[in-house]
Amino acid sequence: MIPLLLDALLLLTLWTVAVASLWSRNLFRAVIFFIALGLLLTLAWVRLDAPDIALAEAAIGAGVTGVLLLDALGHLQPPKKPATKEPL
Amino acid sequence: MVRHLLALFASFGLLLILGNALLHVPAAPVDLAEQVRRALPESGVDSPVTAVLLNFRAYDTLLEITVLVVAVIIGLALKEVQPDDNRAPVLENKVLMGLVSWLVPLIWLTSGYVLWSGSHQPGGAFQAGAILAAALIMLQLTGRMPPLHGYHWVQVAWVFGLAIFLGLASLTFLFGQAFMAYPKGWAGTFILLIEAALTVSISLILAGLFMAAPLRNRSP
Repeated sequence: MIPLLLDALLLLTLWTVAVASLWSRNLFRAVIFFIALGLLLTLAWVRLDAPDIALAEAAIGAGVTGVLLLDALGHLQPPKKPATKEPL
Repeated sequence: MVRHLLALFASFGLLLILGNALLHVPAAPVDLAEQVRRALPESGVDSPVTAVLLNFRAYDTLLEITVLVVAVIIGLALKEVQPDDNRAPVLENKVLMGLVSWLVPLIWLTSGYVLWSGSHQPGGAFQAGAILAAALIMLQLTGRMPPLHGYHWVQVAWVFGLAIFLGLASLTFLFGQAFMAYPKGWAGTFILLIEAALTVSISLILAGLFMAAPLRNRSP
């Protein structure tokens, strides 16, 4: 009963995060939702008894793809003045 | 608005069709899991996933690494077309700098362990390579390491995995065997060597793909 509830919750969260990623106005927010989607997919792979794919999904799907998307997002911003360095 | 409703109905319909297909899956004519389990002792590793990836279906892994090498060559070509001042973005955050000193050695250790544990647990070359790539990207982002793609040895390392894989697979020609038929008793050693070479290549390729993006308009 509990695993079924967990799976249903996971599916619902996956669906919500995917829709939020597609329908966000702010591109940065969409990319962050995409990274969260990658991490939730890792959990989904674990529930499907595929730990190797889960490892690869966490590292590549959420990590590398997310970072590449953030990089692409950086190209879309207008060029910042090189003198300003905001503390993170 | 009409387009949204149409898309919603179409995707819902697809969901119903897929659900129906899932409920009526025909029985598989061949039980692949059983066959893998029976052939596992001969494959040289203890994990069925690694046995399939690097022994029974090694040709697919060879093509995967070829695709990665082609992708990084294209990335490098795109970067050369849009020249910039070859300056990497440096994140100057004290917490990040301190964290990197702690994290990178642990990441190296984890990557080595995941590579080695692929023979009897979930793990393997791609996972270890991606973990190591994360360490390389962090080092380059914080300025501890200059951008890697300019160096000659990095470009050699990109094809290193593919070369070792092809070399070991063609070695069997010398003994009159088929392509990629690992010699008896040596399968485990071959797989470990190939996975190690693949990890080196994959980590540098993924880090190279990340740093190969042109630097115009880059925001830290």
